[in-house]
Amino acid sequence: MSRVLVVLTIAWLVAPATGHAQSPAAPALAAALADLAGTDAGRREAAVTTLGKTGDSKWLAFLAALREGSVYARKPGGRLEVVVGGTKSTRGDQDVIEIFAAYDRTPLGTVPLGDLTEVAADRVLRLVIKPFLDADETRVQLRDPDPSVRGGAAVKLGNQADAGAVPVVEEALQKEPDRWVRQALAEALAMIRLAHGDGSARVAAATALGNLHAQNALPALRRVAADPGAGAPERAAAATAIRQIERWNLLGTSLETLFQGASLASILLLMALGLAIVFGLMGVINMAHGELMALGAYSTFVVQNWFRAAAPQWLDAYFLVALPISFLVAAAVGVILERGVIRRLYGRPLETLLLTWGASLIIQQALRLWFGAANVDVASPRWLSGGLPVMVGLTLPWNRLFIIGLAAVCVAVMYWLLFRTDAGLRIRAVTQNRAMSACLGVRAGAVDALTFAIGAGLAGLAGSALTQIGNVGPSLGQNYIVDSFMVVVTGGVGKLAGTLLAAAGIGELNKVIEPALGAVFAKVAILVAVMLFLQRRPAGLFAAKGRNAEA
Amino acid sequence: MPRRELLGLGALAVLLVVVLPVCNVAPPETAFHVSNFTLNLFGKFLTYAILALGLDLLWGYAGVLSLGHGVFFGLGAYAMGMHLMLEIGTKSVYQTALPDFMVWNRVTELPFFWKPFHHAWFALLAIVAVPAIVAMVFGFLAFRSRIRGVYFSIITQAFALCAWLIFNRNEMNLGGTNGLADFKTIFGFPLGRPSTQRGLYVVTALTLVGAYVLCRWITRSRAGKVLVAIRDSETRVLFSGYSPVNYKLFVFVVSAALAGVAGALYAPQVGIITPARIGVLPSIEMVVWVAAGGRGTLLGAVLGAFGVNWIQSWLTTSYPDLWLLFLGALFMGVVLFFPDGVLGAAQRLVGRLSRLSPRARTTPPLPSDEPQKINQSA
Repeated sequence: MSRVLVVLTIAWLVAPATGHAQSPAAPALAAALADLAGTDAGRREAAVTTLGKTGDSKWLAFLAALREGSVYARKPGGRLEVVVGGTKSTRGDQDVIEIFAAYDRTPLGTVPLGDLTEVAADRVLRLVIKPFLDADETRVQLRDPDPSVRGGAAVKLGNQADAGAVPVVEEALQKEPDRWVRQALAEALAMIRLAHGDGSARVAAATALGNLHAQNALPALRRVAADPGAGAPERAAAATAIRQIERWNLLGTSLETLFQGASLASILLLMALGLAIVFGLMGVINMAHGELMALGAYSTFVVQNWFRAAAPQWLDAYFLVALPISFLVAAAVGVILERGVIRRLYGRPLETLLLTWGASLIIQQALRLWFGAANVDVASPRWLSGGLPVMVGLTLPWNRLFIIGLAAVCVAVMYWLLFRTDAGLRIRAVTQNRAMSACLGVRAGAVDALTFAIGAGLAGLAGSALTQIGNVGPSLGQNYIVDSFMVVVTGGVGKLAGTLLAAAGIGELNKVIEPALGAVFAKVAILVAVMLFLQRRPAGLFAAKGRNAEA
Repeated sequence: MPRRELLGLGALAVLLVVVLPVCNVAPPETAFHVSNFTLNLFGKFLTYAILALGLDLLWGYAGVLSLGHGVFFGLGAYAMGMHLMLEIGTKSVYQTALPDFMVWNRVTELPFFWKPFHHAWFALLAIVAVPAIVAMVFGFLAFRSRIRGVYFSIITQAFALCAWLIFNRNEMNLGGTNGLADFKTIFGFPLGRPSTQRGLYVVTALTLVGAYVLCRWITRSRAGKVLVAIRDSETRVLFSGYSPVNYKLFVFVVSAALAGVAGALYAPQVGIITPARIGVLPSIEMVVWVAAGGRGTLLGAVLGAFGVNWIQSWLTTSYPDLWLLFLGALFMGVVLFFPDGVLGAAQRLVGRLSRLSPRARTTPPLPSDEPQKINQSA
């Protein structure tokens, strides 16, 4: 339905070709050039306008030269001639300069600088020149190979609402292959017509904008709707269009909120997965998990710098290398922590909590001393910038989509690892009954180290992914750690499904109430919600059943 | 109370309550003079020690580790601070009846929850009541649903984070990030005068002694025995017909009230209270005081609060970069090598040297977390 409307609207927009800007006759241009070399400020401005309005790229190049101060006038045999200057040099004892014809740049030889008078462009004149050059730039951009540049140019033309741009836009609209750029061009055309057309054309333009759900046109439409000078049908059409666009916006923002919730949930999930399996297996809450995440983020930063220094041509690929390296770095530090200290404290969860908190302080301070307290700069690779347009007014950024995908892959791999491999079987066995597993020949220590490494590595991955959407600083982990704990507590221990559901719930809830309450009270509301939830289900969503569950 | 502990404690109390202030009054030339700065610093440490006592009661005896005690400390300090702010009256920079930060924030009328703080009795009541009530509500919800062990610690940490975020908001009319500061007088006494500060110090020291006696009384009572039993096996206590929820709630509330009193004494002596004292890091720092001193001993908590803060005030001025590294190492070192703190280590050393029988120990044995098997962790 909406696609049909868009097609119809575009067809309507393309049909009437009106308002071609006619090129002024040659004598007028010659007069303009003469005015330009004169001293009357008003006439000089008029001359620039005349030249600019031709829209001819050669005259625009002339104006650009004028702005840069390389236009000169000379009077060979009493007849005024305006020329463009080129390279200056010294011949003998005098300065000479190459000169070219004003319009087509035919070389006119090299003349002494003393024979020329400079046609200077003062500030006022430069300001008059600017819009013509900018408009020209926009037109050039309409032919750019990159669709996002073309789209941007179309939006700009629509906002300028310059009647002279109509033929250009129409031409571009006919040739444009990309659906979203066509949409932007159609919007631009309708906006121009809304600004300059007569009564019925404006009604049609307003209706078209409504059907196109043109977000950018809202201010213009509001002006029309509130304009007492406009006819009643125009105002009504504008009002209808505004309602249509606003309804669409509501849909767009709702979807966007859900999407942001999903991307937050993915980060939390990556963090909480590691925390939850470690907690399930060893009863250890790893307070340094956030710092392992920060280590992952800094590893990404370091890898990026290697690439920048050693292989700039492969810079875009750095992120693909950084992901596994972040995993390995965090996993290695995790294993050192586990084998070095945490192992000594099995069965004393509160003390492990303090111990890992101490470790987190040390890692955090070490990062601060090594990399500095300020945030470091991690650039997104080009293939993660921009986004996937889903509908008018809603573009899903690639980097967030990537994170959601990464989380999904990690969950799938974890599921496979835990339920389809021998190592997973051992992990589950030790989780259920450590002593019995040990009796049956499972090396519980090795299982612990492996699990801890995987959990830490997942935190590293989360940190690496986070570099694409947030700041990287020494206290990066602190911002997410408490939320991740909430996920673990809500989800229940050692249950993949519980962690998944809890992450999704907390992430979405956070983003849904954030607009209403603000970020701070959204966090408070989530804590209250978790507390109340635990009243009903003290052991989380999926509690362990049976004798082992301590009621 | 055993005679030896009574004697030792009495000596310490006399030192803190009498000797130090007297040394402060002594002429500066004399060798044993204590400067105003040092006395003030000690006053601050003493408030920390009061808080540490409450925390030790909760963690060392009942086995409940709270990572949110900074909030209760902050609530007491803010309650006191609000009264002090109102006491300034029109002597503030803008010479209005409103506190200065409200003038900056274009608040025209005193918010309703500030009004009762004009009365000193209300402020003094709020210092105890507000933390106690908050602790009661929070603790009731948490203990009732049997949130325990690390779960409880995590939830209290989230609680500290939330409180910190809230207190940082300007809209709360609590001074935002800058907190409450520039107090002029307390109950009419000018805060800038050394004699007022000395008085505050003596009050703090007396409060500490009182808090110690209160905590010791609780631990020696039947309830104290139940608390230790809960720490060692909550399920068994439950099966024996006691309600661990009520005991834990009671000790949580007492501990929060002590933290509130500590905060209230902190604010006038330090002269400022900001959200920075409420957050996650200060709250968990308080735990390490108790851990380093030796938990389950009460005296250890006092010593830990003193020792760690003394080192902190030295390190943060001399080697600011090293403080967090040291703190981290302290967390790890205490847990790994001195699980019963400095006091426990000293006792073991003395015990080994003189081959005393374990009966000579005046404090309960080394507390361990619930001896739960890992598989039973819920």
